[in-house]
Amino acid sequence: MDINYTALLPEIILSVAGIVLMLLIPFVPKESQPKLGYVGLVGILLAFCALVLQWEGERGLAFFDMVFQDNFANFSKLLFLLSVGAITATSMHYLEQDRLLKAEYFCLLLFSTVGMCLMAASADLIMTFLGIEILSISTYVLAGYRSSEMKSTESALKYFILGAFSTAFLLYGVAFVYGATGTTKYLQISRAISDMDSYPVFLLLGVGFMIVGFGFKAAFVPFHVWTPDVYEGAPIPITAHLAVASKAAAVVAFLRILFQVVPDLSLQWQQLLWISAVLTMLIGNIAALTQSNIKRMLAYSSIAHAGYLLVGLTANSTMGAQGVLFYLMAYAFMNLGAFTVVQLVARRGEANVEIKDYAGLGFKYPLLSLALSVFIVSLAGIPLTAGFTGKLFLFSAAIQQGMYWLVVIAVVASAIGIYYYIRVLVFMYMREPEGEIESVGIPGVARIVILIMVLGTLYLGILPGSVLKMASEAVNF
Amino acid sequence: MVSTTHFLVLGAILFTIGTVGVIIRRNVIIMFMCVELMLNAVNLTFLAFARHFNQIDAQIFVFFVMTVAAAEAAVGLALIVQLARRTNSVDIDQADTMKW
Repeated sequence: MDINYTALLPEIILSVAGIVLMLLIPFVPKESQPKLGYVGLVGILLAFCALVLQWEGERGLAFFDMVFQDNFANFSKLLFLLSVGAITATSMHYLEQDRLLKAEYFCLLLFSTVGMCLMAASADLIMTFLGIEILSISTYVLAGYRSSEMKSTESALKYFILGAFSTAFLLYGVAFVYGATGTTKYLQISRAISDMDSYPVFLLLGVGFMIVGFGFKAAFVPFHVWTPDVYEGAPIPITAHLAVASKAAAVVAFLRILFQVVPDLSLQWQQLLWISAVLTMLIGNIAALTQSNIKRMLAYSSIAHAGYLLVGLTANSTMGAQGVLFYLMAYAFMNLGAFTVVQLVARRGEANVEIKDYAGLGFKYPLLSLALSVFIVSLAGIPLTAGFTGKLFLFSAAIQQGMYWLVVIAVVASAIGIYYYIRVLVFMYMREPEGEIESVGIPGVARIVILIMVLGTLYLGILPGSVLKMASEAVNF
Repeated sequence: MVSTTHFLVLGAILFTIGTVGVIIRRNVIIMFMCVELMLNAVNLTFLAFARHFNQIDAQIFVFFVMTVAAAEAAVGLALIVQLARRTNSVDIDQADTMKW
């Protein structure tokens, strides 16, 4: 037992960057507040350097046995930093355009990243809880950041009430697990469970409640009802943040608990996850069919993608876990890219976010539309893109475990999904615009972000080897 | 002598009241109070187990839960104030601009 601050270096850097940013805010004139995002970017870059430095470093427990220092945590942190870096970069333009001249936005983004990193590295249920809450409380505020819009307030309020509600379930579950095992440390809980001859009701109830809590955070059906409203009302970059990083954090923390804390109960939780996976894929894809607002469509699509991730979790194998990590990375590239384009096309006050507003865009902005097409095709899961390879790994993990029905349903659900993704392409390239297409300003930073996301999507689709190898090292608990 | 079971049952009752309250009440402040009730039920459960095992870990957990609940209250009440300013009420049904 010792402190070993180096294990938490990325988190410490991010927190310090957030605090420095807060101190700078009063000294910066209102008009240039969005430019403070660069300070956030520097913080993220430094945290990234710290992460690279400890990539090959020592492994084990640190910070009074509260966090793991392992490849799994490192891989997840890399994913979070990448995602939050992209969101910070594109947010600067968004804040300027929508006249949201308050730089606290970037502090909250940084703090939410700290929460996510702690969730991924956590080795104790107390730390998991704290990580979830650091993430949640920051994102409640961010979802309501367009405070002049009723939609945004509504979104934040719904997110808040349901988020707090789900946290209570999670905590009740933690309390029961503690009652059954007498400890909150991951490794000790799993040891206590493997010593049991029969499982007490408390333990099963506790794990059940924890699954409900994580189900809310990661938007698994039947705990998904908040997702469309919250995603539609939140500012576009924050929707991306919720759909990519925040969901990834919940899935990653859930994965670690399933594989490291309650692997002995896999017979029980596999059944629950099987049902949830089927419902999540079908409901997400079917509900997305009728959406006219692109943010809402992407919200339902993100529910469907959570379903594919559940297929990997249900498989309960190393290959499944590896597939989940790979898919999260692929999903981050394609979804962040899609949201960045949506954000650029949107006008002030979040006008122009209906799918019909994309009519004729393909001819006026060929490059931007090409980029969006790559992301959409990848989300639909067409070969040569990240979405396809990711799904391939997830589904083959399930087949390896003999879950044929699950894979059949998953394939049918993705086939349904192709329809609404292709609809966006049809509008872009085959429909005449109703009026004059408004000009789209594309700032340099956004160009770089989109380029990285396109390259990432194609790279993971064509040469998945290196990331897959990283993922397989990461799930070697 | 009050046994651990008594505390656990009380905790379960409080948690159920909180859950039902969040689901059936429409006043945001009452919904929020019900969430707090659920968190306190959790705290009670933790303390009952801590006493049962004669351990201090869970008591520390309770401090964390209370701190986080306070932080959550700060954000939550600010959001409720914003809703009240806009709609002159704290009825959650006022927040229904988005449907399906």
